[in-house]
Amino acid sequence: MARTRKGEASEGKASDTGVNAFVGKDELLKFYQSMLLIRRFEERAGQLYGMGLIGGFCHLYIGQEAIAVGMQSIQQTGDQIITGYRDHGHMLAAGMDPREVMAELTGRAGGSSRGKGGSMHMFDIATGFYGGHGIVGAQVSLGTGLALANSYKGNGNVSYAYMGDGAANQGQVYESFNMAQLWKLPVVYVVENNQYAMGTSVERSASETAFHKRGVSFRIPGEEVDGMDIVAVREAGARATEHARSGQGPYILEMKTYRYRGHSMSDPAKYRTKEEVDEVKHTRDPIDHIKERLAKVGVTEDDLKGIDAEVKRIVAEAAEFARTSPEPDPSELYTDVYLEAAQ
Amino acid sequence: MSVDILMPALSPTMEEGTLAKWLVKEGDTIKAGDVIAEIETDKATMEVEAVDEGVIEALLIAAGSENVKVNTPIARLSGEDSAAPSAPAVAAEAATAAAPVSTAVAPIAAASSFADPEIPAGTPMKKITVRDALRDAMAEEMRRDDRVFLMGEEVAQYQGAYKVSRDLLQEFGARRVIDTPITEHGFAGMGVGAAMAGLKPIVEFMTWNFAMQAIDHIINSAAKTLYMSGGQIKSSIVFRGPNGAASRVGAQHSQDYAAWYGNVPGLKVIAPYDAADAKGLLKAAIRDPNPIVFLEHEMMYGVEFDIPDVEDYVVPIGKAKVRREGTDVTLVAYSRMVGFCLKAAEELAAQGISAEVVDLRTIRPMDHATILESVKKTNRLVTAEEGWGPMGVGAEIVARITEHGFDYLDAPPLRVCQEDVPLPYAANLEALSLPSVDKIVAAAKKVCYR
Repeated sequence: MARTRKGEASEGKASDTGVNAFVGKDELLKFYQSMLLIRRFEERAGQLYGMGLIGGFCHLYIGQEAIAVGMQSIQQTGDQIITGYRDHGHMLAAGMDPREVMAELTGRAGGSSRGKGGSMHMFDIATGFYGGHGIVGAQVSLGTGLALANSYKGNGNVSYAYMGDGAANQGQVYESFNMAQLWKLPVVYVVENNQYAMGTSVERSASETAFHKRGVSFRIPGEEVDGMDIVAVREAGARATEHARSGQGPYILEMKTYRYRGHSMSDPAKYRTKEEVDEVKHTRDPIDHIKERLAKVGVTEDDLKGIDAEVKRIVAEAAEFARTSPEPDPSELYTDVYLEAAQ
Repeated sequence: MSVDILMPALSPTMEEGTLAKWLVKEGDTIKAGDVIAEIETDKATMEVEAVDEGVIEALLIAAGSENVKVNTPIARLSGEDSAAPSAPAVAAEAATAAAPVSTAVAPIAAASSFADPEIPAGTPMKKITVRDALRDAMAEEMRRDDRVFLMGEEVAQYQGAYKVSRDLLQEFGARRVIDTPITEHGFAGMGVGAAMAGLKPIVEFMTWNFAMQAIDHIINSAAKTLYMSGGQIKSSIVFRGPNGAASRVGAQHSQDYAAWYGNVPGLKVIAPYDAADAKGLLKAAIRDPNPIVFLEHEMMYGVEFDIPDVEDYVVPIGKAKVRREGTDVTLVAYSRMVGFCLKAAEELAAQGISAEVVDLRTIRPMDHATILESVKKTNRLVTAEEGWGPMGVGAEIVARITEHGFDYLDAPPLRVCQEDVPLPYAANLEALSLPSVDKIVAAAKKVCYR
């Protein structure tokens, strides 16, 4: 039963569950563009932060691009995504307009929350993106609730609840795991293990560092995935999705990844060495990785120049929009506090 | 075409910094992601990465320059492949010479100008930030009493998310300065359990916003157990961390919890304004046998104040303090809003209104006697708080003064609060939403019928 979206070409191999996770040249090119968009977007966000155009906290997704893009590629219409505050990459992967995301970062009327949410609190119902949550771990219970609604409505949709390795230690995560399995809810838990919860390494914060095993005592299956390889992400995502969508309950994917930048813009990241960061950048970079895959199917660096230019244009346009979009009207201060009750 | 590389903002509150070191020199070719310089902020040393590629044409600010304002051009980059069209603000034509660097920026001055009646004349004073005052309070109490220990997120190896626990790990070791995972509900409960067993934990929340994960233990376990056990089970514990709005961190990270915890019998709630109170009250809190909610303010951490340079400076819990004397109107506030009231009082003085400023210092128990004495003199009352108005600290003050001093009031009291909405992120809406000196001045004039 192949209920996930079908790949566009026939290279690659089917995953062992029979779910169609084929990745061909055209699809790889599409993934490359999405991943590059996230990277360039985040670099520009960092720059706008430095210029004072973005305020508060700003957590960049650089290094983790393959996860959001790979998981997004197996989702169906109506599926939901929810994550913590490192959310820009997920929004772009979900298909939100980069201009609206960037304008939310600058707190302007053109932003996806009309400037009222900011970097950590963004939402877009149209693409199934339920936030963007500032409290560590909160999105896991909320994402399980989205799955409860799917099960209740019988709509066949799956909820994808992302968390970092830090959030994976919060108590409400385990309360959610228990209920999700007890009630066989269609939820895929994705632990983006980038090795550091702010300044604390997983070794210093987790008694079991294999996060994919965190569901064992609830009988939730899990697997470890190379989160820097988009094809591995997509194949594992397809298996997990099949499990959840077919009524077998939750599934845990532990994506081994790395964030290149500090936890937020104000984190000097003194808790790890420059050599460690460089090593990942030079040997495991997800964009380099997809370029190697593209080379194997005959795509050269030269062929990618058009995509690179297009991404540059999109990001430049987003930054310009975010810089020039007006601030929200003062009358917005008191909107959206309550809805009118039906009479 | 050349582009200027500008002095970046590296934290929500940074306005200037020290350009500590250049890692590139003129003539070097750089690409996006290269580390080009190190910048020191009040909290940390940060690396600056290049966003564009090109050749360093000129370094405009010398290494070691202090007080370099955010957005000052620090280097000029040449290269056809610059990102000029996308970010005109950063890619300004470098036609002009290097912007002059301000070298004589005054440190952020504390608004307090009033001699403290509690501190005897001639007491030696020293300048210290609120951040270091809190740190010193913990260090002194930890030296004094082995039962005192600190636990929380990033308090040890990282030296504190806001550097309030700087050097404590080095002095006291990992037994007494404990890094926790991100598990607020769990470690708050463990803190209460350890307190029940006779230890004196200081539990740091990275911000009070995250303590909502743990509020059950603060209220149900810490505040109520002495009563429920008929006086058997004691919890001498301090919960502390930054409270209120920082700078544009949005609704989930910007809430003032003074009224919430002030509502709970069994808790003592403290919200100091200056460094002396931060130190003296935190020391008192650690010694107190009861559970204490200690509300700090991120925007105050880096502010310097004079503090008595004496051994063992302790300030009693539960006593408000008159920070400026006046005769026409009483302004009551706590935490950062005290500074706003002092500034408002200066502006009011210029307009012929003499305002008295009462710093509450402790929210619970509330020293309404000091407020009442002031109102007996001024007959007019304005409260200021960062929290929401309904059921707030100002509401409690007004209720008590109405109850105990109704006949002394010549005008209905007014409350200055955050607007009754979740705090918006957009800069203009945030400014509209938060209390301001102007709003306090306007309220004071209104109760004076001016």
